[in-house]
Amino acid sequence: MAAMITVSAVNKYFGDLHVLRDIDLEIAPREVVVVVGPSGSGKSTLCRCLNRLETIDSGHIEIDGRPLPEEGSELARLRSEVGMVFQSFNLFGHRTVLENLVMAPVAVRKVPKAVARDRALELLDRVGLAGKADALPAQLSGGQQQRAAIARALAMEPKVMLFDEPTSALDPELVSGVLDVMADLAAEGMTMVVVTHEMGFARRVADRVVFMDAGEVVEQSTPAEFFAGARTERARSFLSKVLAH
Amino acid sequence: MEALLDNAGPLLQGLLTTLWIAAVSGVGALVLGVLVAAARVSPVPVLRGVAFGYVQLFLNVPLLALLVLFVFALPDVGLLMPLTTTVVVVLVVYEAAYVAEAVRSGVNTVPLGQAEAARALGLTFLQSLRLVVLPQAVRAVVQPLGNVLIALVMNTALAAAVGVVELTSATNKVNLVEAQPIPIFAGAGVLYMLVALTIGLLSGVVERRVAIVR
Ligand SMILES: Nc1ncnc2c1ncn2[C@@H]1O[C@H](COP(=O)(O)OP(=O)(O)OP(=O)(O)O)[C@@H](O)[C@H]1O
Ligand SMILES: [Mg+2]
Repeated sequence: MAAMITVSAVNKYFGDLHVLRDIDLEIAPREVVVVVGPSGSGKSTLCRCLNRLETIDSGHIEIDGRPLPEEGSELARLRSEVGMVFQSFNLFGHRTVLENLVMAPVAVRKVPKAVARDRALELLDRVGLAGKADALPAQLSGGQQQRAAIARALAMEPKVMLFDEPTSALDPELVSGVLDVMADLAAEGMTMVVVTHEMGFARRVADRVVFMDAGEVVEQSTPAEFFAGARTERARSFLSKVLAH
Repeated sequence: MEALLDNAGPLLQGLLTTLWIAAVSGVGALVLGVLVAAARVSPVPVLRGVAFGYVQLFLNVPLLALLVLFVFALPDVGLLMPLTTTVVVVLVVYEAAYVAEAVRSGVNTVPLGQAEAARALGLTFLQSLRLVVLPQAVRAVVQPLGNVLIALVMNTALAAAVGVVELTSATNKVNLVEAQPIPIFAGAGVLYMLVALTIGLLSGVVERRVAIVR
């Protein structure tokens, strides 16, 4: 089966800092890949390179068989097919929750407003925010904001969803609501790349765990293998730290 | 006081010219300034460079020098425009640099994540500017823009130096006849102040209106 995401020999620098080192990664359609690793290992950068929020210095990235285009309308179209969920939600503060979901389908896909609205209301219902359509983002809890942000990304009917630490900014009691929405999405067959420190989620939902350290993909395996006995010392040391608390 | 009232006609005529020049240049500078600001934050390096150069140029050249250059040098190279039009053009390109700086500083108050989320959804640069960034920058921009417009009104007085009969020039002419500089120029000063106060009040009102949207 053709890969949904192909990353080959990707290198990325921030000035002198070599942030991504020769990354190779293939992600199949419907696969859920969880990326873990210590702080500063390049997880977010990798995630952001996948929809070209960051540019790469060498190597090659393809989404659904198409190389990432240069900045411009082609890239915008490709981004519309790749949903992204940020640690800090980034809902549009001046628009209601419903308007947050309707904006891009109308502006980018030229979906009629009424159609986009109906679909948005369905999505809000699905993420448990049926009553919040007319609220402003600031009136929602963090967990509600993040579920709204997931719904906003889904409103574009993406082929792939990227999550960069979607629950790291949340109070502990709000985390599970967001993870449940993500687990449902995975069960429906969405292709997902999830950067997270939630090892329980990785164990339950991931098809594959990718461990990064210092800009390298050090090891990748099924969650069962990874948590039962990581092959590398670096992964074992990371696991002992995150599983300690 | 009598000197003022006797000459209310020419003074008000001058005021009208001042207001007209300020209004037309103000609208032009707002439009051009927003475009320059958009170019300054655009993803295209060439556009960013040109816009940066534009702003630096007009921030660092005295308005009077520009006026003299346009009014006296352009006809020399065969570019003839009515005097008032020339003054308006100069004011537009000059004040647009200040508008652009005000708008850019407003854009910088909008968290980067907002534009990133917009781009990630597939909005083009212009769409994310129009739908996401500028609406949220407006609140921070209203007062600075009001100040730019007030400065613009004051700067119209320089048009007197190249022969446009606006408020300052009209006042000067009246004084040449009446020879009562204190009441006459004080009167003109009060008129300028009233215009500035009005703009200040209006921008306060607009600021409160856009604040409620939050
Ligand atoms: N815009 C930037 N400019 C310069 N350096 C950056 C930039 N973004 C990230 N870095 C650096 O690149 C390295 C990788 O950062 P990245 O955010 O990808 O790590 P991460 O694995 O996501 O870490 P965390 O778990 O803390 O989120 C870090 O050393 C970081 O300081
Ligand atoms: Mg990160």
